[in-house]
Amino acid sequence: MKLTVWTYEGPPHVGAMRVATAMRDLHYVLHAPQGDTYADLLFTMIERRDHRPPVTYTTFKERDLGADTADLFRRSCQAAYERFRPEAMIVGASCTAELIQDDPGGIAERMGLPVPVIALDLPSYQRKENFGADETFYRIARALARPCEKTARPSVNLIGPTALGFRHRDDVTELTALLSDMGVEVNVCAPMGATPSDITRLGAAHANVLMYPETGESACRWMERDLGLPFTKSIPIGVGGVRDFVAEVADLLGVAPGLDTDRLRLPWYSASVDSTYLTGKRVFLFGDGTHVRAMARVARDEMGFEVAGMGCYNREQARAVRAVATEMGVEALITDDYLEVEAAIEAAAPELILGTQMERHIGKRLGIPCAVISAPVHVQDFPARYAPVMGIEGANVLFDTLVHPLVMGLEEHLLTMFRADPEFHDAAGPSHHGGHAPLVAAEEGGAGPRAPVAESPRDISAKKTEGGGATGAIEVVWLAAAERELKKIPFFVRGKAKRNTEAFAAARGETEISVDTLYEAKAHYAR
Amino acid sequence: MTERFAQASGQGCRNAPVLKQRGQHEVFCGLTSIVWLHRKMPDAFFLVVGSRTCAHLLQSAAGVMIFAEPRFATAILEETDLAGLADAHEELDRVVHELLARRPDIRRLFLVGSCPSEVIKLDLAVAAERLTAVHAPQVRVQSYSGSGIETTFTQGEDTCLAAMVPDLPAGPEGPEARELIVAGALPDVVEDQMRDLLAKIGIDAVHVLPAAREATRFGVGPGSRVALVQPFLGDTLAALERRGARHVAAPMPFGAEGTTAWFHAIAEAFGIPPEVVDRAVAAPKARAERAVAQAAEALRGRSVFFFPDSQLEVPLARFLTRECGMEAVEVGTPFLHRQVLDGDLALLDEGPTLSEGQDVDLQLDRVRAARPDLTVCGLGLANPLEAEGLSTKWSIELVFTPVHFYEQAGDLAGLFSRPLRRRDALKVGAVQPPAMP
Ligand code: SF4
Ligand code: SF4
Repeated sequence: MKLTVWTYEGPPHVGAMRVATAMRDLHYVLHAPQGDTYADLLFTMIERRDHRPPVTYTTFKERDLGADTADLFRRSCQAAYERFRPEAMIVGASCTAELIQDDPGGIAERMGLPVPVIALDLPSYQRKENFGADETFYRIARALARPCEKTARPSVNLIGPTALGFRHRDDVTELTALLSDMGVEVNVCAPMGATPSDITRLGAAHANVLMYPETGESACRWMERDLGLPFTKSIPIGVGGVRDFVAEVADLLGVAPGLDTDRLRLPWYSASVDSTYLTGKRVFLFGDGTHVRAMARVARDEMGFEVAGMGCYNREQARAVRAVATEMGVEALITDDYLEVEAAIEAAAPELILGTQMERHIGKRLGIPCAVISAPVHVQDFPARYAPVMGIEGANVLFDTLVHPLVMGLEEHLLTMFRADPEFHDAAGPSHHGGHAPLVAAEEGGAGPRAPVAESPRDISAKKTEGGGATGAIEVVWLAAAERELKKIPFFVRGKAKRNTEAFAAARGETEISVDTLYEAKAHYAR
Repeated sequence: MTERFAQASGQGCRNAPVLKQRGQHEVFCGLTSIVWLHRKMPDAFFLVVGSRTCAHLLQSAAGVMIFAEPRFATAILEETDLAGLADAHEELDRVVHELLARRPDIRRLFLVGSCPSEVIKLDLAVAAERLTAVHAPQVRVQSYSGSGIETTFTQGEDTCLAAMVPDLPAGPEGPEARELIVAGALPDVVEDQMRDLLAKIGIDAVHVLPAAREATRFGVGPGSRVALVQPFLGDTLAALERRGARHVAAPMPFGAEGTTAWFHAIAEAFGIPPEVVDRAVAAPKARAERAVAQAAEALRGRSVFFFPDSQLEVPLARFLTRECGMEAVEVGTPFLHRQVLDGDLALLDEGPTLSEGQDVDLQLDRVRAARPDLTVCGLGLANPLEAEGLSTKWSIELVFTPVHFYEQAGDLAGLFSRPLRRRDALKVGAVQPPAMP
């Protein structure tokens, strides 16, 4: 049993739904109780889809358990086929149905429906959403794709985009254009937008572009083995990522590595003087493995940030993330425990978080700005505008995304100069964000600086961190004057100043922090 | 039954035929009610014993509240817990000890059953007893089911409140006690309004279930009267009746009419003359009528169709047809509790299809054929119906927003008129949802 407050991933059948909902003319019959239909709202509310997901739930009840849930499944399957007439069906069980062991796959097979029926076996008590999506798409590809004649012109399949993915819709558009500039056509994009008959033609491509390893890797590995399709390993996120990707595709297909950089603005924006203030900003990255490792590179090499910590919630990507973390000189945090992530971020005291919707909330609580760079995301992260994170435009979008939560260059200086000014005081926050005063500002007096006071779920299962943070066994006390001085430091660097000063004092065995200690520490850490 | 509220034409929908459906249900399970119950009981913690699906459901339903301090969590069952029940109980004890050690502010702990815990027959009542013995008097541990195989959405509040009843101390023996129990979670501000009016009528001994804090538990006995403020509390009512309490039958206190009838029914049960009620409620009632009339402008003459969801459908149809001038096409409810809904059914004019249970695909066919002006449905269906040109009101708001009694009557009408006013206000051309892969 694992005590869980918030989860990064849903159960595996939600992953299967992401595949089914992204595709066309495919229907999913899910053996599940009525409450599991909540999953529809993920797609219709959060992603604003205009159709219900193509899912029929059997919604068995207590009274059915004594009778015949298997027959209920059979009837639901038949009715779904007759009503929706899909080209193919997938069938499976949710966590509860897994326990009653009706074998939906076997039942559906014996029904002799006139379309391919693909059985899913998703272990609900061991695996999670991304596994469910990856496995489902692999099963569909394996069941339907056959070797076939290659397209005359160089072509690839785009593999991995699903419903509810982070910016998948726009990444597909961006990559399609980028590949077209190289003279490479997209044979099939799947799961997003593909019908089961499209899946049968996967083998006509010359290679696969694996956009999201989370949801497409198993299928790509199978196609490599059984259809002879090599697949790309680089992730076209950021300037470096895009260049690597172009080179890799050119190499795989034997075409010229052309890249039109007319619209690429990130390098100049990053080089222009206003961006000087970005130098060395400490960022903490957390999300799915693919986005985190790609964004870590962008953060360090293209924005000039310092990576203060990084990690991912999907164990499947742990190795790749650890490798990049080592390169960045930090230790990777691999966990799906929200409370652990919160504790790690608090300890690292970064100036910016790049994360998921969960880290946005952690950021709110700790008063640290946050940009969302990975699923799971909320409704506002499915923007109306075109906003890919892959390709050339993706790089431009990333510059904006990563800078937006921060206080802008000149503004940062004004805040420092006029920190007692009513308009520039701490609580004002970045001028371009309405009403986001950090919670720290409200505090007055008391014994020593405190963490923001927002309530947190961490109380229920994280071990309480002692007092004020990274001071280990030594209890460090802030003298009143030093505490007042600390409050004069603008809020967006105060956390770092506090932490540095305490670490500095502790390292020297000092138990009291005076104004002098504060400035000694400042000088010590000056860069 | 009291005759104080004007009957609809004769029996209203009391004896109307009911269309019973048993296909795919598109509704939440009872776990969802934790999202509002835990706000109502600040010293209680809700521990769902379930799967990752249950945790994900709670998170998706709680959505906007994610950064408030949650006093709920899920003990996610793992492969090893499924292997042996003895081990599962041991594991549960471990999780509960861990939780209580870190949350010394908790006075009540609810172990909430889910589909998986029920299918593997993990007996949470036994666990609750065992854990109470360990943690009393500091913490009272109770259990109830919020599973999707047994409960639908708001029914989770019913099973929770019903589970609290047997533990209540013995209460008043005779009617001279004049004690009233009001069952149903209400926002604090609404509860205060209600208490205030009841006091003006002369009823001061008012207990609310759920009590905000463990310390304010009250007794129940043959001298207690029970009034419901939510129609989905059938089991709770039955549990209170088993303890001797007597039901005050009344329409639900929605809108000026429902609220007035509710106070009258209670006054009558306590032998208080109706004029006392009329005097006490005159001002707020007039205010409510004005507010409803204003908000109802956009609703008058328009048709409404209810998908089954919260069990509030019948009382709301009564409010919308009688006070807002709407016409009901279909009133679907997951479960039609005749004893509880009698007052509302009697007032609801015959005409609409009454349906119980659901076959969502067939019901979608019916709503497409009827093309009502407003469709009240769950979150999963709202945008797809909007994309087909139907205005919708998602019903979950009705349990998250203060909508009871006089001062909220205008807001209640406003919840329904807003989607229609919005549609009239938008000048964006024909709404064509973007092609989405
Ligand atoms: S329907 Fe059952 S399995 Fe699904 S979320 Fe509700 S309690 Fe959990
Ligand atoms: S940040 Fe917005 S979208 Fe995310 S939980 Fe809060 S309110 Fe919801």
